[in-house]
Amino acid sequence: MTDATIAPAGPDQRAAFRPATFADALRSEWTKLRSVRSTFWALTVTVVLGVGLGAAISAAAAHGYAKSSASGKLSWDPTALSLDGIGIATLAIAVLGVLFISSEYSSGMIRSSLIAVPKRGRVLAAKSLVFAAVTFVVGEVTSFTAFFVGQALIGGHAPDAALGDPGVARAVVGAGLALTALAVLSVAAGTLLRHPAVGIAAMVAILFVLPGIAQALPDSWRNPVIEFWPTQAGGQLASVYHSPHTLQPWPGFGVMCLFVAIVYAIAWALLDRRDA
Amino acid sequence: MIEAHGLVKRYGSTMAVDDLSFSIRPGLVTGFLGPNGAGKTTTMRMILGLDAPTQGSVTVAGRSYRDLPAPMREVGALLDAKAVHGGRRAFDHLLCLALSNGIPRRRVDEVLRTVGLEDVARRRAKGFSLGMSQRLGIASALLGDPAVLIFDEPVNGLDPDGIHWVRTLMRTLAAEGRTVLVSSHLMSEMALTADHLLVIGKGRLIADTSVDDFVRSSSQQSVHVRSPQAAELAAGCREAGATVDAGTDPDVIEITGLDSAEVGKLAAAHGIVLFELIPVRASLEEAFMELTRDSVEYQAAGATR
Repeated sequence: MTDATIAPAGPDQRAAFRPATFADALRSEWTKLRSVRSTFWALTVTVVLGVGLGAAISAAAAHGYAKSSASGKLSWDPTALSLDGIGIATLAIAVLGVLFISSEYSSGMIRSSLIAVPKRGRVLAAKSLVFAAVTFVVGEVTSFTAFFVGQALIGGHAPDAALGDPGVARAVVGAGLALTALAVLSVAAGTLLRHPAVGIAAMVAILFVLPGIAQALPDSWRNPVIEFWPTQAGGQLASVYHSPHTLQPWPGFGVMCLFVAIVYAIAWALLDRRDA
Repeated sequence: MIEAHGLVKRYGSTMAVDDLSFSIRPGLVTGFLGPNGAGKTTTMRMILGLDAPTQGSVTVAGRSYRDLPAPMREVGALLDAKAVHGGRRAFDHLLCLALSNGIPRRRVDEVLRTVGLEDVARRRAKGFSLGMSQRLGIASALLGDPAVLIFDEPVNGLDPDGIHWVRTLMRTLAAEGRTVLVSSHLMSEMALTADHLLVIGKGRLIADTSVDDFVRSSSQQSVHVRSPQAAELAAGCREAGATVDAGTDPDVIEITGLDSAEVGKLAAAHGIVLFELIPVRASLEEAFMELTRDSVEYQAAGATR
């Protein structure tokens, strides 16, 4: 401990400072994200689950291909199979996204953050953008790796896909894009709900529980619900074969993005209005 | 300079802050004093834009906090030492805050050295004691080298050495011409650190005064007397307009409203033998408790008066 001085910057040198910018907020949020260990682990789980599960699903499906029915062969989608693991790996991104902001509420860090950046919309925008960018990179790495590993396992046992085939490149890139939209949704949900456990529960409900319940509904209810359910609709971007009662890839992704935008707008308004 | 005009904060039916107006000047340490629950923290949160006032307004350097272009360069604040993500290293915690206001990385090392945490800069904050957390919070307040500093109970959890250090720091900051607002529920602490006092109770302003004036006006004096004729002396004093409190010992009385010389003369005039005649000065702490207790009683008994 030195004596009580805050040298070398005395009051005389204080004069010059520039206004804080959005770029400053981005640098701050990037530092927040990379300086906690949970980020590394969640992203590792995303890659490992996305690639590993995709490989297991691809291998199992390829071995069953010969014995499958004619309609099964007709809807054979080796691309979607290899990317199937990402659907589960999504959970790691959702948890990390919720925690990225809700852990600030549970620890009290949010007060330090909002004192540093009282323009609250800027905090949310910077957080979302940083997390979306990181998820996009990790998501694309995962989907391309999962695709190539999956096709290698399918090839020889069943028809496999190549990136040049119609719709395949779009599906592989699309798996990462859908994951990115989900990343923004989870940050917004964390902002809205503030408690880590509540936020994670909400994301699990949106991703798995509610679509699962919808499967039990009579067809006339189930089909439109599943068709327009945001995460299901967004997932169409990662399929090459178009199954009935689902949206086309890009309109489906549009529904997902619209849902994310609505949740994000509510989160923004509440963050701005509520006492922190 | 911090200025509040008719600040009100209501939570449901509870008035946390009730029509508070004050102005806090640069170059002084202003003590913000009140019992727990008086509304000190709520007021500070409103100054810092964390809570929106129900009515009224507060400005820092002439602007509402949310409109400051580089807040940390103008205002440094320590509200809650535990407002830190426990999984983050001390250095990274400060770096996150510094970057958000365009403050260079080397400044983080400087403030860590200033608060004496350079050796634990790479440790994660969850292992910090309350005292270390307070130092980290003070470091974050100093990052932007601001002209206005706000500290909520900064000596909580510090050892005597740390408390002395914080006092010296506050005095130094004020001597450099900065505005320093420090809250505490301990009058004794403020008497050693502050030049000026804002005293609040139940959300209302009770006193806005210099520490010297406060000490002079509110240190109530009484006279402690031991005498075999205590009852006789008590009667005499009451006649002279004083208040007399009798203790459990029938020979001992406490007289307020007369000084020791007057009591001595009165005793001589009545031929009363005195064994002890001691002037008693109430401590600052007692004076402060007296002041805030009055404010509480005033509110509670308001209807019957």
